[in-house]
Amino acid sequence: MLFLIIKRILLGLITLFIVSLITFVGTEILPGDACTTYLERQAFGEQLEACYRRLGLNVPAYERYVSWAVNAIQGDFGYSLSGEMPIKEVLGPRIKNSLVLASAAIFIGIPIALILGIVTALWRDKLPDVAISTVTIFAMTIPEFISATLLILIIAIWLEWLPGIVIVPTDVSFFELLPNIILPVIAIAMIMTAHMARMVRSSVIQVMASEYVQMAILKGVPYWKMVFKHVLPNALLPAINVVALTIAWLLGGVVVTEVVFNYPGLGRLVIESISNRDLPTVQALAIILASIYVSINLLADLMTLMLNPRLKTLQIRK
Amino acid sequence: MTEIIQKVKNLSIGFKSKKGEEILILRNISTNIKKGETVGIVGESGSGKSTLALAMMGYVKHGLYTIGGECEFNSSNLLKMKNRDLEKIRGRKIAMIPQNAGQALTPNLKIGYQIDEALQLHSDLKEEEREQKISELLNKVRLPSPETIALRYPHELSGGQQQRVAVAMALAGTPDLLLLDEPTTGLDVTTQAHVLELLNFIAKDTGTSMVYVSHDLGAIAQVSDRIIVMYSGEIVLEGPSRDILKKPIHPYTYGLLKSIPKLSLAGLPQSMPGSQPQPGTMHRGCSFFDRCDFSEEKCKNNSPQLEYLEELNTSVRCFNYKSLMNDSQVNQTVNKIKTSLQDKEILNLSEVSISYAKQKLLDQVLNRISDDNPTVKDININIKKGETIALVGESGSGKSTILKSIAGLLRTKGGIIKFDQNRNLSSDLKERDPNDLRIIQLIFQNPDESLNPNHTVEEIIAQPLKLYFGLKGEELKKNIIDLLQKVRLGEFYMSRYPRQLSGGEKQRVAVARAFAAKPDIILCDEVTSALDVSVQAAVLNLLQQLKEDFGTTYIFVSHDLAVVRAISDRVAVLYQGRLCEVGPSKDVYQFPSHPYTEVLLGAVLEPDPDIKPKLVAEDIVEEKPPQKGCSFQGRCSRILGDICKNEVPPWQITNSGNSIRCHIPLKELQKDQVN
Repeated sequence: MLFLIIKRILLGLITLFIVSLITFVGTEILPGDACTTYLERQAFGEQLEACYRRLGLNVPAYERYVSWAVNAIQGDFGYSLSGEMPIKEVLGPRIKNSLVLASAAIFIGIPIALILGIVTALWRDKLPDVAISTVTIFAMTIPEFISATLLILIIAIWLEWLPGIVIVPTDVSFFELLPNIILPVIAIAMIMTAHMARMVRSSVIQVMASEYVQMAILKGVPYWKMVFKHVLPNALLPAINVVALTIAWLLGGVVVTEVVFNYPGLGRLVIESISNRDLPTVQALAIILASIYVSINLLADLMTLMLNPRLKTLQIRK
Repeated sequence: MTEIIQKVKNLSIGFKSKKGEEILILRNISTNIKKGETVGIVGESGSGKSTLALAMMGYVKHGLYTIGGECEFNSSNLLKMKNRDLEKIRGRKIAMIPQNAGQALTPNLKIGYQIDEALQLHSDLKEEEREQKISELLNKVRLPSPETIALRYPHELSGGQQQRVAVAMALAGTPDLLLLDEPTTGLDVTTQAHVLELLNFIAKDTGTSMVYVSHDLGAIAQVSDRIIVMYSGEIVLEGPSRDILKKPIHPYTYGLLKSIPKLSLAGLPQSMPGSQPQPGTMHRGCSFFDRCDFSEEKCKNNSPQLEYLEELNTSVRCFNYKSLMNDSQVNQTVNKIKTSLQDKEILNLSEVSISYAKQKLLDQVLNRISDDNPTVKDININIKKGETIALVGESGSGKSTILKSIAGLLRTKGGIIKFDQNRNLSSDLKERDPNDLRIIQLIFQNPDESLNPNHTVEEIIAQPLKLYFGLKGEELKKNIIDLLQKVRLGEFYMSRYPRQLSGGEKQRVAVARAFAAKPDIILCDEVTSALDVSVQAAVLNLLQQLKEDFGTTYIFVSHDLAVVRAISDRVAVLYQGRLCEVGPSKDVYQFPSHPYTEVLLGAVLEPDPDIKPKLVAEDIVEEKPPQKGCSFQGRCSRILGDICKNEVPPWQITNSGNSIRCHIPLKELQKDQVN
């Protein structure tokens, strides 16, 4: 078991290393570099040389990679070009904001998805299932940028209930941020919840059709006891991995939604730094997003391992 | 004893087809289950026997619904009852023992909990009393160390143990009626015999009524007082078990009994033509009409009624039962198999051992397999051209593993597999040339999985013809039609997909595909075990016919000793990947024999209430072969002592040319076995 966990963590680290290498090589290959971007039309001769020396760009690429990587592990991603301030400081509040947004979406979305999925499965082909399934399929098919725009139009512009775009500074306190995040959270949670609800539904239906559930019925187990003891533990186990994938996939949704709502999070920073050719920041973001992705999947794998008696005992025996 | 506990009245269950037609799975079933009796319901897949058993618990599967009739228990109709009331009957008054206990036990709950749940629901026992009771129940079904078993999860038990747990769970509510849905199908022969013996004991001990559903007349014969034979959703014959098995007066039962291979009778049983009609095929006449040897013109358009014969206490659904009444016994005639044995040796396995152990990195680099206790070891067999040799043994005996190695799907660890005295086939597929691949063909157990569902029959059979002989166009087509005719399928099957064929037809296509390569050797892996009994005989007869026509050699793997007896010239008995006994089949089936062969033969169930299985050894499951000594030491009832544990037994040859690998001298073996 411990060996397995260590193995998974190592694999995750290797993935991150490869990601960092690819982003580094990618930014190397692109024409132009930090100095040419910074100096714009003055990027020649003495000034360019000076800039190279100042930023340490005059040493070979692999040396720069090593020194960058060593610093990055310690949490130091160097300086952003646009503001000339440490990337660490730029990232800090952004990460916090995005985390608030994503975790709100997750904490609201997962319970709703579970309830919807279970309800639709237990009342399969009956009215609750037909109604909810129609809505979830509809929600699944609309991309975030459309649902976000529609939300702004209806709730912020027509009804004037909530602010449409976020115009607070990046390092605002949580409570000031709160009214601003409601619409973005809805936009993100909608599509994610719909996806998860469908997965949970099919998983529960599959277990309901299994021989052991039939056996439980024939044993005289009351319906709800059967659902909670025999069905759900077995149905939700495979759903964990799907949920993790959905959450990881939510990162992309966060980027889009943040841009639409002008939300000061990581996603908007990605778009901003790409359009500003702020390569050090892009590199840092790539690594951070990749580590979130890897750790969510790792967590899901470990959870499945912990909860599945079959896998657990197998590992112990070996 | 005449108190009726379950009354089924005019029960019809069915479903609505896409066109809106009502399709019946059960048609107008009426029967009574009396207190204390065991009723066997026998029928082929699709005859509606499981649906009937479930209906007796008031359970109708998703998609099916009750069209008419009732299942009366304690004078209330279970099919109209509310779920809340059913919960009080299920498990407490009527309990079910499922077909596949491995899948019927909830995987995330411990054995103890699952039994405790039944106790909580159906008894007023307090917690400590329940714990006591769980141990008692597990003891009753003869599971070793109940306390530890109760703490295990279902997947940690063997198939036989899981089945016993299911029995214990059913007994927890002390039901009046036990429904058993194929409770021993899928278990090894020896385990099956043990579970049946246990069920018989429980029936006597508790006085519970039982309904035993199975396709296996052998198992039914061992347990039931009364037998109901179902065909195509109807009861065709119902009566006392002995009469039905000895003097069946319905043509279907008669034919069925004739088509089952028997241990005592070498040679192929007669086969029944055709197969059971699909549910929903409309028929005005008797549903057995087109397969019946006794049919007349009136059977075609008139459906016979179930007629009760007072003097025999039997109900029969046939116009012509009288002609069978005179034909007093099932005179089984068998087609003696012609041996086309030639002197030429075609395949030679010498010192073959096969391992499933994962290669370590160093071994991978050096391209070797190091495992001092491989799954299969010391296999020495010479196979002659035109011979049918059978490999028999329980699951885990290595019989399929050996087939895989011969086919090249699995590398051997050591030893040599030689074809035709000079070609070495020890290597795996990648190193064999196309001709080496052509000469050995495989037929798999389950044609549903071995035929590509997206290919037509034509494409399936065309593939080997194109691959090995490069046939094209008209010539290819002519060959395909030729092959189809050889397996008794018409030309019009060419455009069909596997899903449009019945089980027997699919297996015929698989046979045709194997023969398309014009192979020298065909490996048959449990080729009839997925088929219905009435179809099995037909496929066996076909294989025999083709062998005589082409002079092919068969290596036949099966767990069914009666089938093996019917078709093979020679038998090799395997236990834990080691040979126990090899010899001509008529000698292997006679004494003296290896103690393991004796166990296997003793456990065979014959469709005859007078032949009881002999249980010689315990049905323990061993996970790995022993490191040294005799492979069968763990279960042998006549173990000699240290010699069996430390030394690999020598080969002893009997007068008839049978080789037995045992430390016990032949005379001793013979003496004990005859008594």
